[in-house]
Amino acid sequence: MTTYVVRRLIFSVFVLWGALTVVFLAVRAVPGDPAQMMMGPNATAAEIDALREKLGLNRPLVVQYAAYMVQTIRLDLGESLRLAQPVVALVAERLPTTGKLALTAILIAVAVSFPLGMAAAIRPGGLLDGVVSVVSLLGQSVPGFWLGIMFILIFARSLRLLPSAGDESLAHLILPSITVALPLVGVLTRLVRSGLLDVLDEDYVRTARAKGLTPRAVMWRHAIRNMLIPVITVVGLQIGHLLGGAVITETVFAWPGVGTLLVDAITNRDYPLVQASILFITALFVTINFLVDLSYGALDPRIRLQ
Amino acid sequence: MIRTASPAFVGINSASRTPEWGSGSLTLAVKMSGDDHGDAANALRLGWVVVTPQAPTEGTAPVVALQGAAPVVARPASERATARQRRRLLRLFVGGLPLLFFLLVAVVGPIVVPYDPVTVRTGERLKPPGEVLRDGSMALLGTDQVGRDLLAQVLQGARISLLVGLSTVALAGTVGLLSGVLAGYYGGWLDAVTMRIADVQLAFPSILLAILIAGVLGPSVTNVILTLSLTRWVTFARVARAATLSTREREFVHAARALGAGDARMLGLHIVPSAIGPLVVVATVEVGLVIIAEASLSFLGLGTPSDQPSWGATIANGRAYLNTAWWISTMPGLALSLVVLAVGRFGDQVRDMLDPRALSRV
Repeated sequence: MTTYVVRRLIFSVFVLWGALTVVFLAVRAVPGDPAQMMMGPNATAAEIDALREKLGLNRPLVVQYAAYMVQTIRLDLGESLRLAQPVVALVAERLPTTGKLALTAILIAVAVSFPLGMAAAIRPGGLLDGVVSVVSLLGQSVPGFWLGIMFILIFARSLRLLPSAGDESLAHLILPSITVALPLVGVLTRLVRSGLLDVLDEDYVRTARAKGLTPRAVMWRHAIRNMLIPVITVVGLQIGHLLGGAVITETVFAWPGVGTLLVDAITNRDYPLVQASILFITALFVTINFLVDLSYGALDPRIRLQ
Repeated sequence: MIRTASPAFVGINSASRTPEWGSGSLTLAVKMSGDDHGDAANALRLGWVVVTPQAPTEGTAPVVALQGAAPVVARPASERATARQRRRLLRLFVGGLPLLFFLLVAVVGPIVVPYDPVTVRTGERLKPPGEVLRDGSMALLGTDQVGRDLLAQVLQGARISLLVGLSTVALAGTVGLLSGVLAGYYGGWLDAVTMRIADVQLAFPSILLAILIAGVLGPSVTNVILTLSLTRWVTFARVARAATLSTREREFVHAARALGAGDARMLGLHIVPSAIGPLVVVATVEVGLVIIAEASLSFLGLGTPSDQPSWGATIANGRAYLNTAWWISTMPGLALSLVVLAVGRFGDQVRDMLDPRALSRV
């Protein structure tokens, strides 16, 4: 298990390093002068020079890269160009708000998909199975940001039941978290269904039935446990989509998380803030994936040994 | 073909196999010169067929009925399109109809209902769907805040979605096919580097990368296509590599190698064609994802430029008028959802056709 944990840890660090490099290169691959772009068309030559000096854009790329890595390790990612505050503080302040949204969405998705997928797998081809497949197809096809707007239109503007913007109360959490959860519900329900169907085909399930276990015992003690492993793997991978969806959903509901911060930063060409936001979201994602890897290493001894 | 060392063998009276193709059983009535029917199985070897002797047919002493597993026979070409397959093809066609409709709308729509991004008709602003305008025309989907027809915007948006969806999948698919096939075929450091890049990219929320790159490049249709191709090539590369790895070990590839085929011939004639099937399945799924990604970017103002009425941009535009004009955000979103739904259904059907094992499962 220790080797397994260490290997996963090294991979996570590797991914973070890759993400850092991508962000570094993307900002500097701008056609033209990054400092000019950040300052906008109204800046004077002196202002642009000052910014170039401040960000170290005059130095060779390799030196910039090394300095950037050292700064990142020290969590010193510079100051926001517009807000004149350390970007790390700005992002850290918003991170719990995004975490709350993402976590609620994951809980909703799991709470809905497992019963739905299981119910569909018990009688494949039945009425419920048909309904579930339509629902999961819709969940995967309808773009989250539009669904969020429709929710606002229906539940906030027409019925006046729920608030449409902000994060002051629990009621504010309902619409955004459902919006973020729905695509995951689509994927997860299909997965639970197909995973369960595969497992129910296995010999050990037939054996369990043959020795007279009740259907309930077969389901809970044999089928569901073994279905979990592939499902959890995909949940981990889907977290990336979920966080991406959360970024866009946040702007729809004016949810004050890292997503709105990132989109504002991109629109304002506030690249230090962009770097920090992306780094933190990726770190969050990598951490969740690391935990997922550990959990299925714990669930399935075969994975540890590979 | 019958090979036998037995002098008792005279000839075959009759042969029949069930079913007529595939694997099945073969029944032969064999004429023997002697009476020693018990040794029939030893005396006769029917090619690679294993034969078990049956009791001699009564009254016809020289003839022995033999039954065994028949060699696998390919279904004759004329019989290939059985009723079931024809039904499946028809279903695929019917499943593709909404997509064909979308294609038609995207190509012909803007010609029939031209979109005019410049003209402002303040007298016609925020008209609800179905309202007859002053010039006598009907705004089927209503108008926006400066009086532009929403139907024309949605039709023009269909064109952008289609353009971005197809170009991105073509570009990302080509890059993915080449990198995946080369990585899988040559292995070594090329494979290691490509796959580590892919790992890192997959461990990174793709829409974030798209937001970053699109934000840096600035809004334009070409930039959206480039951005999304950059975030999507990985899936294609992985599938192409997997297909290459399994094809590389197939017998016909070894045979071609033994016959002296060079790398170019191997790749072009054997490896690449085998990767196309799985890639087609991935491509149909990816078209839908790319269309959603384009709409998301345009919604954030990072996709198509503001004079291009992409669906995402129109949805964003309508957000300011949710209280007075619900249709501006609703209509393009409906179109978007329907198209992605149609693409998704079609993708499922293509996958079921090409990979029957997945049928009724995922």
